[in-house]
Amino acid sequence: MQAQVKRARPLPQLAGEGGRRPDGVWPAALTPVGLRDRRPEPSWDHALLSSPHPASGHLPRFAEKGKLALLALALAATGPALAGAAYVTNEKGDSVSIIDTAKMQTTKTVAIGQRPRGLALSKDGAFLFVCLGDDDTIAILDTKSLRIVGALPSGPDPEQLRLSPDGATLFVANENDALLTAIDVASRKAIRETPVGVEPEGVAVSPDGKTVVVTSETTSMAHFIDWPGGESVANILVPSRPRFAEFKPDGAELWVSSEVGGKISVIDPVRKAVVQTFAFDVPGLRKEAIQPVGIRFTRDGRLGFVALGPANRVAVVDGATKAVLKYILVGQRVWHLALTPDDTQLYATNGVSNDVTVIDVASLKALKSIPVGSYPWGVAIAGP
Amino acid sequence: MLRQTHSRDTISILDIPAADDFVAGAKLAMADDNTTGRFLDQSFAIEDVKLAPGDDAAAAAKTLLDSGIGFLIADLPADALLKVADLARAGRALVFNAGAPDERLREEDCRANLVHVAPSRAQLADALAQYLIWKQWPKWLLVVGSHPEDVALGEAYERAARKFGAKIVEKRTYADAGGGRRSDSGVVQTQRQMPVFTQKAPNYDVLVAADENQVFAGYLPYRTWDPRPVAGSGGLMPTSWDASHELWGAVQLQNRFERMAHRGMNARDNQAWVAMRMIGDAVNRTKSADPQAARDLMLSPDFDVADFKGVKLTLRPWNLQLRQPILLTDGRGTVSVSPQEGFLHQVSELDTLGLDQPETKCKLK
Repeated sequence: MQAQVKRARPLPQLAGEGGRRPDGVWPAALTPVGLRDRRPEPSWDHALLSSPHPASGHLPRFAEKGKLALLALALAATGPALAGAAYVTNEKGDSVSIIDTAKMQTTKTVAIGQRPRGLALSKDGAFLFVCLGDDDTIAILDTKSLRIVGALPSGPDPEQLRLSPDGATLFVANENDALLTAIDVASRKAIRETPVGVEPEGVAVSPDGKTVVVTSETTSMAHFIDWPGGESVANILVPSRPRFAEFKPDGAELWVSSEVGGKISVIDPVRKAVVQTFAFDVPGLRKEAIQPVGIRFTRDGRLGFVALGPANRVAVVDGATKAVLKYILVGQRVWHLALTPDDTQLYATNGVSNDVTVIDVASLKALKSIPVGSYPWGVAIAGP
Repeated sequence: MLRQTHSRDTISILDIPAADDFVAGAKLAMADDNTTGRFLDQSFAIEDVKLAPGDDAAAAAKTLLDSGIGFLIADLPADALLKVADLARAGRALVFNAGAPDERLREEDCRANLVHVAPSRAQLADALAQYLIWKQWPKWLLVVGSHPEDVALGEAYERAARKFGAKIVEKRTYADAGGGRRSDSGVVQTQRQMPVFTQKAPNYDVLVAADENQVFAGYLPYRTWDPRPVAGSGGLMPTSWDASHELWGAVQLQNRFERMAHRGMNARDNQAWVAMRMIGDAVNRTKSADPQAARDLMLSPDFDVADFKGVKLTLRPWNLQLRQPILLTDGRGTVSVSPQEGFLHQVSELDTLGLDQPETKCKLK
């Protein structure tokens, strides 16, 4: 990820602060009108207003066109400029917390929409794409102005998404419709839908951009889809409820976590077969509590990190031998992970304890827990 | 599938069984199984046999088995279920009990080809008991209906009270005097009867009702003489599933069911769904439709069932009962899920619910 915030550019000043909540977030209805980004106004109002769920009760706050782009913004207009920034989706808080990675502090909270989960930064770091499951859309947050500047046509209930390595295409799993949707980022249009198994969830893209993998929770499969063809080329059975898939940085292996099965499947992307599975054993914890979800690798592929859900630990796995080197105690129900771009720190979202644990990669020790919003789900990090 | 017809005489009209009660859950799971099957060149189909009261379940089972069916999902009373299981054994078919809660089916009358997806009365009673103890409501007024199933459920509550340290301050029987539920609907005579029936009880924390036939328990909340909460067959109810449950990704299952059946998923639907998913998963993974291979896999440590209750479900090898968390629901939302934190077990905390291996009377044959 590239730098997305430059010190030279101050955050926009507000017209007035009368309606701001103590936490610095503008309630949607009171968002001050009169703030405009320099970028031309995108057509996201159309995307939202033509949503197929007019009676869902979620839409009225989007309905006034003049307020659309101003739905949410955070303001610490006088605050310090960010160094590296970690963006955390708060699933219940309907917000994104922004952490200054140098200070290891939450510096802003931005209201984003209903049930934010999967997120990704654009290649240049200028935009953050956030799946809003209950709004049936993907919000585009301008990481400079921290304003929502658009939306992508995600299909219903988007949960996880991945950006292609060239930054041009977003792949989204639509859990309710058993589809993988490919969205062209530039035109903001859905360009391809591929049917996959029931309740697709995890999405991974190979480093060469030629293979997209979707895991389907109920079908218990990793579906390999070639790109740009968009055709399903292999369907690999893995243990129950696969939640997440991650290619090693060199593309030689794909790891898939099975939440209910409690295992990681190591898949050879060339042979398209499971070559190894391994499990976790935390002394003193019952088996059922060990539910692997998020996976990340260091860039050299030497270490793999696996979030173990209600086991409240992150497992550190030797990338070559698959031996578990350490279990690092973090917060409650650790869900997803992200490394800082320099690979020195790992951020882990703790869904139940409402915080994020920062782990020092060199010493494999937890450094700090940073309070964020309610039910933190995913995290994406941009460098300074 | 073999399913009995359940009474439409329920206390709440919301509980009147739909025409596709039970089988709808299996049909959804069949669609799920077939999605996986599509990628593996397997397909699944359901033969649905609905029995009217008085129909011979064994004869119906024989017809199904003779046609070569290897897996039977049943919602039948205990005696009929045992007959079906014994018939199925000759054809090496596997039977899934997705309806009957009777303890004896898992204990002295257990069968090696009978898998219990439905929770037993002891699992349900223990789940409620753990919560009431956690809530520090240890003094129970136990009200038991007059049907044999109610007596068995009452015994399960008495056992749960002994197991977890609750005290039953008094046990009362509510006799079923017959009559339809629709004529009164609670607000005429019932409103006067329930306070009187619960009058003069010793000091208690919570009323626990054992009423499997929906004769009275649904009328108790807000109508007790003393202002006390009601639990058991009315009020706070232990169950395998409820249409209001949405935790742990359950909302996706609820949505898919609603889209297919145009109603909420009840506990029987869910039990049928779990049974059909177990069959699908076993056939997917063994690459075989052989019931014996499926049974072997289901009993292996590698098998787990992905329901939406927070943890994986597995089979108790000694009596083929599915280990499962039990939801505590008021029908509007999940109030809690047992096992409760702090009730520990050396193998699985799910084994704090129901009869455990050391106390089992089951010898699988």
